[in-house]
Amino acid sequence: MNKTESQLLEAIADLHEVPAGAYNLRKNGSGHSRKSTANIEIVTKEDKPGIDIIVAPGTKNESVHIPVIITEAGVNDLVYNDFFIGDDADILIVAGCGIHNSGDEKSQHDGIHTFHIGKNAKVKYVEKHYGEGDGKGERVLNPVTVIEQDENSVCEMEMVQIKGVDSTVRDSKAYLKAGAKLIITERLLTHGEQYARSDMDVYLEGEDASAQIISRSVAKDKSKQIFHPNAIGNAKCRAHVQCDSIIMDEANVSSIPAITANSADAQIVHEAAIGRINNDQLVKLMTFGMNEEEAEEVIISGFLK
Amino acid sequence: MLKLENISFSVDVDGKDLGIVDNVSLEIPDGAFTVITGPNGGGKSTLARLIMGIEKPTSGRILYNGTDITDLSVTERAKLGIGFAFQHPPRFKGLTVRRLLSLAAGYELPEDECCSYLTSVGLCSKDYLNREMDNSLSGGEAKRIEIATLMARKLGVAIFDEPEAGIDLWSFSMLVESFKAMSSGNHNSVIVISHQERIMQLADTMIVIADGKVRTIGPKEEVFPALMGEFSENCGFRGKEAGADE
Repeated sequence: MNKTESQLLEAIADLHEVPAGAYNLRKNGSGHSRKSTANIEIVTKEDKPGIDIIVAPGTKNESVHIPVIITEAGVNDLVYNDFFIGDDADILIVAGCGIHNSGDEKSQHDGIHTFHIGKNAKVKYVEKHYGEGDGKGERVLNPVTVIEQDENSVCEMEMVQIKGVDSTVRDSKAYLKAGAKLIITERLLTHGEQYARSDMDVYLEGEDASAQIISRSVAKDKSKQIFHPNAIGNAKCRAHVQCDSIIMDEANVSSIPAITANSADAQIVHEAAIGRINNDQLVKLMTFGMNEEEAEEVIISGFLK
Repeated sequence: MLKLENISFSVDVDGKDLGIVDNVSLEIPDGAFTVITGPNGGGKSTLARLIMGIEKPTSGRILYNGTDITDLSVTERAKLGIGFAFQHPPRFKGLTVRRLLSLAAGYELPEDECCSYLTSVGLCSKDYLNREMDNSLSGGEAKRIEIATLMARKLGVAIFDEPEAGIDLWSFSMLVESFKAMSSGNHNSVIVISHQERIMQLADTMIVIADGKVRTIGPKEEVFPALMGEFSENCGFRGKEAGADE
């Protein structure tokens, strides 16, 4: 693995070497290396590009890393990853895509992820998207995520777009059975003329299902962001949707949180806020000896942490 | 030594000049605990903000250890050792109390040091270290953390703008103790804007500001009894028109 590739891996998965546990590394549109373990099996799909990740019931404290890196221009990578998480399992999944595009052609990765989460299982999923390279070629990521949660399962998803992604359209859907709990945190920074759109529909189907959707974003320069999360309560359930954005320069942010209740026992709340960095915050940090740019950086990195 | 020479500050309100601070000259000696008091709207907070550089004077000069700092920015003044605790501290989403204290100190503070600052402002440190400095904190809590950020620094001049506001009676005694310790501790000189008798009792020097002017300046032993006498005899001082925003 060369230096660029190692740096990408570090940026998206904090990986410095081959990860412990199961992993699958995909590079420039095809599988690069893979390891299954006794409890986690990774199998190539036969009908389309992608893999099945099968986690045995009751697997505890194990992790799967499935990073994707693209270092060539002109790659158009579409991949289907299906996760089958057995009942009572408790695992960490680290995904993410890093694109280094120094050519003039567009490089794109569209990951279609489907999660089938078994009864009482717990999943923590971390996904980071990152782009770099000085070519004119666009870096595009359009992830589709479908989450099906069985009874009393817990799914915590952290989706982060660090920087350098020119265009992203995210489409996420989740279906929660009784007692299932979903926490989605989306953190996004756009700059230059980047575009980011995130549509999310969370269906709370079973009694006592609960969902928390948190979106925090910073839009700099002339970038544009659109958020449209929708929590749909079809039973006695609880959901909270929160969109919070810092807008800077000539950016444009549109936040459209929606809530729908199809049951009188659904309790759903949304809140959304967009605003610039408050002057008092800047001044406070400047009284610590920081200049304005440093203060801004501290505020943004805290906000997106 | 901090020296203000003929400092005036006015703002434009509907095309009219509204004077907030009017030709103030004073000296804050090194090693002193100075309390600035006076009626609301008298210009105390503005004076503090002028010293920190948050506002720029319309005329006059500010000298710090002999250097003219009138045109220096907030950042430059902070680097020279001037610090300011806000009357209404701003909130920061995602920033923990521990990180804020470390930012104030200028380095990653060890946990026990953070805890000792929080304890001295009356907060149970283990509950607060990893709390975010966001709106989930009450006004009193945010205020005490604000005071702690100045304790984490070593300053030439530490300015506190009404540190007691919003702080409950139980914590107030502890705060008074902390200020007492501060007067002989980290900072060279401490300036506190306050309306509290018990804070005034700590002062070496007292300054009374009213209508944008220095009304009285002198040792506490002289100013404080006169002030108390004034309160009990007539309310003229207290009842003066509440003017501009402080």
